[in-house]
Amino acid sequence: MLSVFQKTGHKTLSIFQRLGRANIFLLQILAGVGSLLVRPGLLIRQMYSVGVQTLIIVVVAGLFVGMVMALQSYYALVDFGAEDSVGVMVALSLLRELAPVVTGLLFAGRAGSALTAEIGLMKATEQLSGMEMMAVNPLQRVIAPRFFAGVLTMPMLATIFSAVGVLGAYLVAVVLLGLDYGPFWSQPQAKVDLYLDIYNGVIKSVVFGVLATWIAVFEGYDCIPTSEGLGQATTRTVVHSSLAILFMDFVLTAVMFSK
Amino acid sequence: MNTRKIEILVGLFVAAAIVAFFMLAMNVSNMSSYNGDKGYEIKAHFDNVGGLKVRSPVSASGVTVGRVTAIDYSSDSYEAVVSMKLESQYDKFPVDTAASVLTAGLLGEQYVGLDPGAEEDYLKQGDRIELTQSAIVLEQIIGQFLYSQSDKKDQE
Repeated sequence: MLSVFQKTGHKTLSIFQRLGRANIFLLQILAGVGSLLVRPGLLIRQMYSVGVQTLIIVVVAGLFVGMVMALQSYYALVDFGAEDSVGVMVALSLLRELAPVVTGLLFAGRAGSALTAEIGLMKATEQLSGMEMMAVNPLQRVIAPRFFAGVLTMPMLATIFSAVGVLGAYLVAVVLLGLDYGPFWSQPQAKVDLYLDIYNGVIKSVVFGVLATWIAVFEGYDCIPTSEGLGQATTRTVVHSSLAILFMDFVLTAVMFSK
Repeated sequence: MNTRKIEILVGLFVAAAIVAFFMLAMNVSNMSSYNGDKGYEIKAHFDNVGGLKVRSPVSASGVTVGRVTAIDYSSDSYEAVVSMKLESQYDKFPVDTAASVLTAGLLGEQYVGLDPGAEEDYLKQGDRIELTQSAIVLEQIIGQFLYSQSDKKDQE
C-alpha cells in the first residue's frame, strides 16, 4: 500500500523534473543563437529538412481543406441565399484557426517526429558524446539550428497553407460551383482585418512552431538511448506537441478574439 | 544533396511564403483599402447604436467612406458616442451632415450612413455631427405596432 504512494510521488516529482529540464534546455538553446549567426549554413540545411520537406504535405492539406470548407459552407449557406459569403467564411476560418492548427499538427507529425528520431539516434550512437569529446557543444551545433529552423519555418508553412486553402476554395466555389468571383474576393476584403486576423494567425503559428520544435528536440535529446526508448520518445513528441498545440490554440483564441 | 541545391530550395520556400503572405494581405484582407493613419476623425452622439460595432463601415450613398473606430457611452448626456475615421479623400462633408445607424438588409450588419447637408463649411478633424438618427430596434417597433393595434380595437 505504501509503495503506491511512493510510486505516485516519484512519478509526480519526475514530471516536474522533466519540465524543469526542458526549460533549462530551452534557455541553453536560446543561448546558442550567437553560434548560429557565425554559421548560418547549418540553419539553412535544417530549414531544408524541416521546412521544405514538410511543404508538400502542407500544400496538399491546405488545398483540400480549402476545397472541403468551400463545399460545406456552400451547402450550408445556399439555403439562406448567402452563398456569396463562402469566400469570407473560408478565409476567416483558415486564417484564424485552421491554418495554424492543422499546419502545427502536420508539422508535429512530419517534422517533429523526424527531429526526435534523428537526435535520439545521434544520442543512442553516442555521436552527441563524441562531439562533446571534441569540444563541440552539441546544443549549439545540433540542437539550436534545428530549433530555430522549426520556429522560422512554421509561420511560413501556415501562411502558405492559408493562401493555398483560399485558392482551393476559389477553385471549388467559383470554377466548380459557378459562384460569382466578385463577392468571393470583395467580401473578405471588406471583413478580414490585416492586424486582427492575419497577424494574429501568424503569431499563433509562431507559438505553435516554438512548442512543437521545442518538444521535438527535447524529447530527442532527453530520450532513453535504446531502440525502445527512441520509439517512445517519438510517440511522445507527436502526442505531446499535438496536445500542446490544441491547448495553446484555445488559450490564444480566448486572448486574441475575445472582444 | 549538395549545399547549393539546398540553398536554392530554401530560398524558393522563403519566397513562396512571402508571396503567400502578400497574396493574403492584398487579396483577402482589407489592406488594399487601408490608408494607415491618414484621414480624419469625427464624432456623433446617438440615443441608441443598436448592434453597431467597432470597425463597422461608415458609408455615404452606399459607398464606404470610413470606419467606426470607437463606441463609448457618455455619462453626461446619457448617449452613445461613436467615433468614426473618414478617409482623407472624402473631406467635403458639410457640417450639417446627418448620421444614422442603418441595417444592411433585414437582418444584416449595422453601419453608419451619412447624409450630406447643404452648409458651406466642411467637417474637420474632431468635429461632431449634430443631426443623428438612432438605430431602429425591432422589438420597439413591434411593441409600438401591437400597441397601436390594440388602440384601434378599443376605439371600435
